[in-house]
Amino acid sequence: MGSDSFILLGVNHKTTPVEIREKIALSGGYEEPLQRLKTISGCRECFLLSTCNRVELLVVGEPGPAMEEQLIRFLFGETAVADDCRGYIYIYSGIDAVSHLFTVAASLDSLIVGEAQILGQIKEAYRYASSLHCTGPLLNRLLHKTFSVAKRIRTETGIGSSAVSISSAAVELARKIFGDLRDKRVLLVGAGEMAELAAQHLVGQGALSVTVANRTLSRAVDLAKRFDGHAVSFEELVPQLEHADIIISSTGAPNIILEKDQVKPVMRTRRNKPLFFIDIAVPRDLDPGLNDLENVYLYDIDDLSQVVEMNRSERDREAKKAERIVEEETIKFQRWQEGMALTPTILELRGKADEICRQELEKTLGRMANLTAGERQSFEKMAAAITAKILHDPLQYLKDDSCGGRDNTQIKVETVRNVFGLNKNERQ
Amino acid sequence: MMNEMSYLFFLAVLGTTLLSCILYVVFFVSQNAKVRVVARGVLLLSGVLQTLYIGSRYLIAGYTPITSQHEAVVFFAWAATWAYLSFRWRYTVKNFGTFVAMLIMLLLLAASFASRDILPLKPVLQSWWLPVHAGVSLFAYAFFSLAFCGGLMYLLQERELKRKKFGYFFSRLPSLDALDQLNSHCLAAGFAFLTLGIVTGSLWTRQAWGTYWQWHPKEIWSMITWFVYLLQIHQRFTAGWRGKRAAVMAIAGFAIVIFTLWGVMYPLGGVQSYGQ
Repeated sequence: MGSDSFILLGVNHKTTPVEIREKIALSGGYEEPLQRLKTISGCRECFLLSTCNRVELLVVGEPGPAMEEQLIRFLFGETAVADDCRGYIYIYSGIDAVSHLFTVAASLDSLIVGEAQILGQIKEAYRYASSLHCTGPLLNRLLHKTFSVAKRIRTETGIGSSAVSISSAAVELARKIFGDLRDKRVLLVGAGEMAELAAQHLVGQGALSVTVANRTLSRAVDLAKRFDGHAVSFEELVPQLEHADIIISSTGAPNIILEKDQVKPVMRTRRNKPLFFIDIAVPRDLDPGLNDLENVYLYDIDDLSQVVEMNRSERDREAKKAERIVEEETIKFQRWQEGMALTPTILELRGKADEICRQELEKTLGRMANLTAGERQSFEKMAAAITAKILHDPLQYLKDDSCGGRDNTQIKVETVRNVFGLNKNERQ
Repeated sequence: MMNEMSYLFFLAVLGTTLLSCILYVVFFVSQNAKVRVVARGVLLLSGVLQTLYIGSRYLIAGYTPITSQHEAVVFFAWAATWAYLSFRWRYTVKNFGTFVAMLIMLLLLAASFASRDILPLKPVLQSWWLPVHAGVSLFAYAFFSLAFCGGLMYLLQERELKRKKFGYFFSRLPSLDALDQLNSHCLAAGFAFLTLGIVTGSLWTRQAWGTYWQWHPKEIWSMITWFVYLLQIHQRFTAGWRGKRAAVMAIAGFAIVIFTLWGVMYPLGGVQSYGQ
């Protein structure tokens, strides 16, 4: 039980092509997968993060091939051959997992280094995990620390300010295709947050109008209102292509919503005016074959990364600084975690009691100058006995591991540390 | 004396154009705006020197010097230089200058290899139609050469955007839309000049030989060129031919122009071959 540790297994945009990612992306929300993850044997605490660029499983349990196998099965399905999947995933355990999570939260591992969305996504994922009681003392602590590390990096480095988001990458490409964006019309397909952001950017660059097509019309109307645009139903998508220039698609649809053959005739009526499709959905919304059409440019989320890559060097310096902070915070966390183990807690508890005892004795004996050596010893013995008796039950509580079969050491340690104020020093 | 001065002008033209070319390449690589200002200044100087060179030959020959291959190509380069500089006046196309400067340099090099001798002009060809026809036609070629440069740039940029591999050219080339507009403007201007050139050419033929059309290979190829560009213009404004297709057509059209000059005109003996 002492060997419990963090195990992090994941796929991201660097290790896995979008074709694979879209198969494992959890499009059905967090509840069901979290419930399933919880039932994995040996998993004490768990947390799950799924964004369009990554899926990360973080559990507390005993590291080893058995656990890894189960997590791979969870991610790729029961039928997957574990060895085939290993090429796509990364596995970290212990302190490396901590460091990785900090790196992700600080947006150092993002497609767009420095983008701010990831922290919100982690917070949301954590809300789900904690409301379903998947997290325990270790993960609670780790995730709260993660939030503060990310915040610290954002304030202490310029990584956020020089961040080029997906939306600015899209704007840059649009400028290379259209030159001036002033008379260009934007069509949003699906009302995702990311699409909204990109549209905002384009409008900021002078785009003429924004039209929103969404399956639920009310959401489309709401979003369109924000841009002073209008909403259309999903069925009008193809006729709308005649008027739009830039199409940003981000629906949660499980398969392709716009085929090459649907767009081809539109180009004739458009008299070949260029169309720029941006597909930020995972799984993808748009037929990859669209890019083969003349005057049609299609970029999916992986393609956008290459634009982002070009602006990389400017950010590298800030990233270095951020990496140093991650390293520093990881070490701090490691210290805390070591403290969370049983023996150091016992030692610390005893140490604290002895220290109080010693201080009080000094105070009292200092005022009683005419005591004999024997009398002094009796006082000291009495004080030591009081501390030992007071500590007896808490220590017994800590050491007792027959607790309904389930290992609650971490919870007990956390309780004792809180009751006796052992966490105070490092909180300040 | 005059001959030597004229030759010096030509050397100066070659020198300044080469310098401007190098500066434009340096600008292309470094993207340092100061270099571009200097490069453009040097190209302007080269344009002025070209004008002086053509002027000096006019004084020596006594007629507008567009008859020999050397003269015509120098005039071609001169027209391209001024067409570019006048264009530049109206709007900027990022790094267009680099491509145009190289093209002008190539034209001047081609001219420097041709004989610079001044040949006596047949009396029948001595008419004020000569400068009008040749000048207008070469201006048409100049605009087509600009469209050619724009077309090349378009294809390079389109390739990067389609393949999504952003290499050296991506950040250095202008937007596709700017290049497409450039194509449309150059095409319109070039076509207007070419039409004028063909009309004045046939009027000149009529004046010299009493017939508008002689079935001279040069005439036939000029008509082919005219039809190719007519097709481009027609398709662009009716069927919306733009983008890659327009760029490819601009390059193909320019290939025909070059062929008309070096494949048909000069092997037959240039302007001297008329009326044989």
